This record gives sequence, C-alpha cells and structure tokens, in this order.
Amino acid sequence: MQKITLESLVEKAVSLLENGTVTSVLGWKKGEFDYDITPAVFESADELKKDFVWNDFCGANFSKYLVSKTCKSEGKILVFLKPCDTYSFNQLLTEHRFDREKVYAVGIPCEGMADINKVKEVVGDGISKIESNGDDLVVTTIYEDAPVKVTCKDVLAERCVNCKSKRHVAYDELLGEEGEVIASERFDEVERLEKMTPEERFAFWQNELSKCIRCNACRDVCPACTCEKCVFDNPNSGVENKAASNSFEEKMFHIIRAFHVAGRCTDCGECSRVCPQNIPLHLLNRKFIKDINEFYGEYQAGAEVGLRAPLVDYTLEDLEPGEVFDRRDNNA
Amino acid sequence: MSNVSETLIPKIGVITDVRIDTPDIKTFRVVTPDGVKPFDHRPGQCAMLSVPGVGEAMFSITSSPTNTEFMEFSIKKCGCVTDWLHQAEVGQQITIRGPYGTPFPVDDEFAGKNLLFIAGGVGLAPLRSVINYCRHYSDRYGKIDIVYGSRSKNDLLDYKEIVDEWTKDANVDVHLTIDNPQEGWDGHVGFVPNYVKELGFDTDKTVILCGPPIMIKFTLDGLCDLGFEKSQIYTTLEMRMKCGVGKCGRCNVGSKYICKDGPVFRFDELDELPDEY
Amino acid sequence: MRKCLVEDINSVLAQINKAAKVYLPVDGTDGKARFEEWAEGKEWSNALNTERSAKDFFFPQTENLMEFKTEGKNIEIIDIRSDKDDFVIFGVRGCDVRSFDILDRVFLVEPIDSFYKARREHGIIISVACGRPSETCFCGAFGIDASNPAGDVTVWRTKEAVYWQSNTDKGEELLKKVEGLTDCDEAAVEEEKAKIKKIMDKLPLANLSTEDFGAGKTMELFDSDKWKDLSESCLGCGTCTFVCPTCQCYDIKEFNAGKGVVRFRCWDSCMYSDFTQMSAGQPRLSQLERFRQRFMHKLVYYPERNDGIYGCVGCGRCLAKCPISMNIVKVMKSLGGKDNE
Repeated sequence: MQKITLESLVEKAVSLLENGTVTSVLGWKKGEFDYDITPAVFESADELKKDFVWNDFCGANFSKYLVSKTCKSEGKILVFLKPCDTYSFNQLLTEHRFDREKVYAVGIPCEGMADINKVKEVVGDGISKIESNGDDLVVTTIYEDAPVKVTCKDVLAERCVNCKSKRHVAYDELLGEEGEVIASERFDEVERLEKMTPEERFAFWQNELSKCIRCNACRDVCPACTCEKCVFDNPNSGVENKAASNSFEEKMFHIIRAFHVAGRCTDCGECSRVCPQNIPLHLLNRKFIKDINEFYGEYQAGAEVGLRAPLVDYTLEDLEPGEVFDRRDNNA
Repeated sequence: MSNVSETLIPKIGVITDVRIDTPDIKTFRVVTPDGVKPFDHRPGQCAMLSVPGVGEAMFSITSSPTNTEFMEFSIKKCGCVTDWLHQAEVGQQITIRGPYGTPFPVDDEFAGKNLLFIAGGVGLAPLRSVINYCRHYSDRYGKIDIVYGSRSKNDLLDYKEIVDEWTKDANVDVHLTIDNPQEGWDGHVGFVPNYVKELGFDTDKTVILCGPPIMIKFTLDGLCDLGFEKSQIYTTLEMRMKCGVGKCGRCNVGSKYICKDGPVFRFDELDELPDEY
Repeated sequence: MRKCLVEDINSVLAQINKAAKVYLPVDGTDGKARFEEWAEGKEWSNALNTERSAKDFFFPQTENLMEFKTEGKNIEIIDIRSDKDDFVIFGVRGCDVRSFDILDRVFLVEPIDSFYKARREHGIIISVACGRPSETCFCGAFGIDASNPAGDVTVWRTKEAVYWQSNTDKGEELLKKVEGLTDCDEAAVEEEKAKIKKIMDKLPLANLSTEDFGAGKTMELFDSDKWKDLSESCLGCGTCTFVCPTCQCYDIKEFNAGKGVVRFRCWDSCMYSDFTQMSAGQPRLSQLERFRQRFMHKLVYYPERNDGIYGCVGCGRCLAKCPISMNIVKVMKSLGGKDNE
C-alpha cells in the first residue's frame, strides 16, 4: 500500500553512503516474518540491499534514536522520517536533544501503517507471509490453502486511522509527494471519555491501567521522554517505583508521565503501539493536547523548531486557573 | 505454614559496639536481642544486614568463626544503608540474615599450606575472618604472611588489632604499607603491588588477595611474574545482590552466582568466566 | 480418559470451582485473553497465549514478604504469610506448564523459597493442547509437545467435545469430584494429537535449532561480535522479561505506608540499567551487556546449572510483544551459525 518503494529508499541510502554524505543509515531491518521489523543501523550498501525493508509494518519512529546515535557517531547518520516522525524530530530539536548537524533527514510519504493485531483479528494466527498488493494485504497462513486478502484501510494502526498530518515538518530532502495536514477525528475518543461520569471514567482507566506490567516500554520509546535518569528510576527521588505496589501506584506512573510530556507530546502514538498490554495510553496524552488547544488556542508540538509550548509560555490572554477549575462541573 | 528453611525473613540483631576504624569505615558488633551470636558461619561468608525503611545490603562477616560470642562487620560508608549504619548508635536494632556464600577452603585446600594474605583498603574486611581463623588454628597451617596497604595510616583497617595481636603472633609476619609518606609513620611507603614484588615471596604459598580492582590487577600480574600460578591465588568478588541465595538473578558472572557460588573464587576459575565483574 | 461436550464446559468448570477456585483465560475488552477467576458467564477464551504468562500464579509481580514496626531503636518483624487454599489454573498451554518446571529449579532448590512453594503446592494445573498454534510458537525446539502438554490434568478441545486426562494423583482426585464427565476411549484424542503434530511441523520456526547453545558455550558466545547489532536498537524496557513465563529475577523493595514498613518483592529486569548498579560500580555498562545477559542466561547459564534444560519455552510472547521486534529467535538464528540458517 505504501506509494514509495523499497527500491527507491535503498537506492537513496546507498547513494548517500557512497557519496559520503552519511556514514550510517537508520532504517528498518527485516525479521522472521513480514511484520516483525527491527530498527537497525546500516553501514554498507551490502547490508542495505540484504536486510533493509520498507512495507506496511514499518511503524517505529526513529527520532528518539537520534539522541543516542548522534552522541556516539562522528559522521552523519541518514534517517528516514514519516510525516508523523518529523514532529518528534522537531520537538527533540526544540529541546536540544540531538545534534542536527549530524543528521541527514529524508522525508518519506506514508499511507498509514498496519497493526498486526488487527490483521490477526481477521486472519487468525499462523501467518507465514504478508504481501502488499494495491490497497490490500495478501496474507498466507499455514491453516488456509488460499491466501486471505485484507484491505489495508481495515487494519490500520489506531494512530494512522486518526492520522493528523501527511505533511513533513522537517527534512533535508523529500522523497515522493508532500501531503497535507489532516483534519483528523483523533479527539473523538477523548470526547467520549469526557462525556462519561467521573465514576465511569475512573472505572475505564482503572480497568485499563490495572493491566500495566510496568515494563516502561511506553516511556522508553517515547520521544518526549528523554531524561537521562527518569524520576521513577532514581532511588533518591523519593518516588522511585519499579512495580505498582497498589492500585494508586498503577495510575501514578502513567498520570505523572502524561503530565510530564504535556505540551511536548506530538501525539506520535508510539506509547500505544508498543504497550504489550494494549492500554490506550495515547488517550491520556490526547486529553492534554485537546485541553491545551481549548485553553490556549490550537497548538501542535513539533510543528516548528523552537515553538514555545503554551504551558511554558505566559501571555496576558492565558486562561485564569479559576476558569479551568469551573470546568469540573462539565465533567471534563 | 509450611515448615521450610526460611531465606528472606531475617532475624533481629542488636548493635552492641561501634568502633571507628578509619575516617570512612566503622566496625559494628552484632548479637541477637538475647545477647548471642546470630548464627554460625565459615571464614569468608557474608550476611545481609538491613535497616527497615532504608534497605538491605550484603556485607562480609569480618569476625572469625572462632568467635562464639558475637559477629563483626567492617563497613565503609558508600550508600544508603551504609550511610544510615554509620549514624547508628549502640543499642540500635537492625535485621540480619545469613550466612551466605561459599567460604574459603580453610579446611582442605588451605590446610598445611603457607598462606600469604594481600589486602588493600577495605579489602582487609573479608580477609580478617579467615586470617583470625587461621591464626586460631595455627597448627593446621604453615607460616602466615600478611601484606596490607592503604592510602594513609589513618586508613588502615583494624590497625590496633594488627599491631597488638597479629604482629605479636610468632607464626605471622605482617608487612604494612601506605601510599604516601606521613608524619608518625616509619613503616614502608608505596603501593601494594610494588611492595609485594619487593618482598618477593616464595611460590610455595597459597595467596588470598582482596582490594580495589586496580590493585588486584597489578598485584596479580606481579605474583605471576614472581612465578605464582593462578590456581594458587584466591580472591572475593562483589556484585549487587538482593536475595543472597542465588534466586533474584542479578549477581551472576557467567553461570556462577556470586552470592551462592562465591564470593570466594580462584583466579584460574575466573579465567573460565566472562570478564563481567 | 474422560469427556464432556463443548457446551457443557461451563457446568464442568462450575463443579471444579466447588472443589477449588478456578482461574481460566477469558477475553477482555481489548479482545485479548488474561487469566481471570471463574464465574458464571465467563467464557473460556479460544486465544492461544494469555497476555501475561501463567507465572503470576506462583511468582506474582509484587508480593509482600513481611512488615516491620520500628519504635526508637527497636524493630519488630511481622510475618504476614498466611495459609493458602488450593486453586486450579485451567487452560494452561504446554509452554507455560514447562515454565513452572523452570521456575521450580530456581525457587524450590535449597534454600527453598517458602513464598513460591506455598503457592506451588496449592496450585492444580489443567493444561490444554494447542489446536491452532501461532507462527511465533517454537516450543518444539525445547522438546515440548504442544499436542500432549504436561500438568496435573491435560485437556484436548475439539469442535464437539472436551477430553480430560489426569496425569497425577492430584489431577485424578480433582476429576473424580466432577460429575458429567463420561469415560471414553482415546481414539478422538489420538486423532487430535496427530493433527496438532502435523501443524507443528508446518510452523515457520519448526526447525529452530538449539544445537549451538547450552552448557559449556559461555566463552564462545559471550565474546561474539553479533551482540552489538542484536542489541543496537534495544530500548532497555522490561517487556520481554515481564511477558516471559520463565524470567524470574526479582528485586526486594520497601514501602513505607506510614504505619510501618512493608518489604515486598517485585519482578525485576536484567534489561534495566539499575539491575546491577552498585555504589561501587556497574559491571554491565551498556545495553549490550544487559541484552547479552538475558539471552546468555536462557541459552547457556541456565542450562549449565540445570542439566542442560534451556530457560526458554518457546511461547513466543517476546516475539509478539517486543517494541522493536527483537527476540530470542533472532538471537538464536544470528548466533546459532549454520544450524539456524
């Protein structure tokens, strides 16, 4: 379903490696199956030709890797960025988290990434092959003689169903066609939660967050979580917390994390993608984004480098705290 | 409740004496609330001490097993638990569990041998129990040599015991050294590895070596230059521990758990393990 | 061999539940299965793997060990262990059943962990054969037979019937209490086993080899230059360790509730940077060392200590859950040389 081809990405990477623009390439490496793709650093044309992959399962957002990769390497690193990844890229630059000079960013168009869990809801387990064919994924399993066709649109990851932008906000070079910012319906689910009674909403989050195993995957993948030592890992912080010892602590970690990334979260959706317990963590962040939009005017973190988030930027027009307090009567 | 040996639930210990050894090392004497030694141990074994609300940590038992009245721990101030202990007064209760680890082979491989103990800084702590054990049963061992060095005279652990007892023991030769000259010090000055080379021991000895990693490295090289085999030299390893019984999974080097299979290792055994300690 | 009809499974579970509390995989609001306490109306999930492994039953993520009361210089230790009741875990897959043996070899060797033992002694395991394994399954590599899993009782589910076979006295005692199970011959189960075996052979990971791993391989594998690439993009999160049915590392922490100190243990992960951090230093400085530790433990260190038994059961949870899709299969294929090409 992706419009840009694997061949064109490999060709671009090889030429940038060979002409000395970059010394390494951050890209997707093929796995055992057609959907288990690992972020990897490629350093030669041979490696790229052998293992680089681009398909409908290349969801990983590489922006955060630039923090550690640009620290270590002397040369430039080529990074492929999907439109949503470029917002994280800019936000990290805004926060001075990596060295822009060491990065060569190639923007690539994205038609939305598939969620393997959704594919499996349709075809079941036992997948031996997934191929892309026009608007469909053709899935072969060990259980059926004939491959099953699944429409890509039906198995898109949640964040892609609610894609907020097909426009790149950062790149050195763009491959393919530029897209537009999309008027998405991403806040619909937040509104549904807002309409709940406090008891219903509490029950909703209680149910979701009680599934948490505190693996920290959401935090470790989050491009907004780049503290060198997280307060939850620091024995001297007083709130160090390796496992939730009661139902209060189950919520504490996620709520504090949501507060900490408020105004900086670009809504890239990596937290929900990686959660091994399928907790819709992005909804916490989206609630903050929606509130910020409503209180301070539309704001998209990462839209430009150097933007001051409303939460750290005082203006005379700012909402009075009392007005926020009054909103409690509206259950929001 | 099932009647199995309990590992994670400690006993109460009472601190009955606190001795200031060096500016950052204190030695704590511990008994049970009934006034007896918490449990028996072998030379080189360790115990988990804890202060509820602060944490639990593993320490070498520095008193000799031949001491039947109490246990001692020489503890350097370097973390949460040790900071707290350094502020504790006599009468303070703590918790204690153990003994943990495989002891020095005092009854088999050490038996009948001339022993050479080499320690640097707080590295004397794990050796004190075995030194005093071997002194107690001096008829079971040959001659005992002790080379011990520290930054300064003030940083020598158990100095009073060394001077009052060890140096007066006919079977023991003590060789002390400090890193830099100091007023009131007429002994040897220089680093332990060099001092060992200068002393130039016969290779018929079994060596027990303990101290900071860099001192161990250079002393080991020096001993090998003198003709010692790695299979003659013992040391102890230190890793982060939580359970003390080989279950919590963090103190391994290769397939060995330091808390259970160690802390005592021979250098030829360490050659068989990955270099990750 | 006994059987009941598929539509009668709930009444059978209700009867078992009278003898001992039953836990079984139930689909949640996210469509994923988790073990839940049985109750009228709860449906046995068709899912292959539960989202969390079954190790929670014996080695829960957090477990209070004891409490302390302090007054002045005095400390009181309060033993909070209580007697446990028997319970039944129904619907455990063959891989998870094997994981209990692997945990036993840690917690039940001297000195025995009484917290684990108390739970283990009271747990009755009813396993279920895997009629529809996933491409991520590789239990066969570790000698596990998904068509005939171990446990106190083994269950096979076909379209029409559920077949029950007791393997231990504990299991037989339990089945005796259940009315509505009728005796039957083994023909249907044998047919089912043969069907499953055929599927197992077709799985993409059916030929995964353990040949290059196991006791004695430490030095050769530890120094491999492959670890750098394998661990390159590891996030250092604990997903693989926490969804793993055999990962058993734990931390001991304390919680001051205001009224006293509770000492508890909780799962820990060798992937975390503080796992081996000491005041005096850190033996595993980068994610490479931490990553290597996890796989060396499962593939070399554990077998070295445990008669060659591997510390992995091939359940495939890490394959499905790792945020970067790095996992033990990729490690084995990369390090395993020719046998895994």
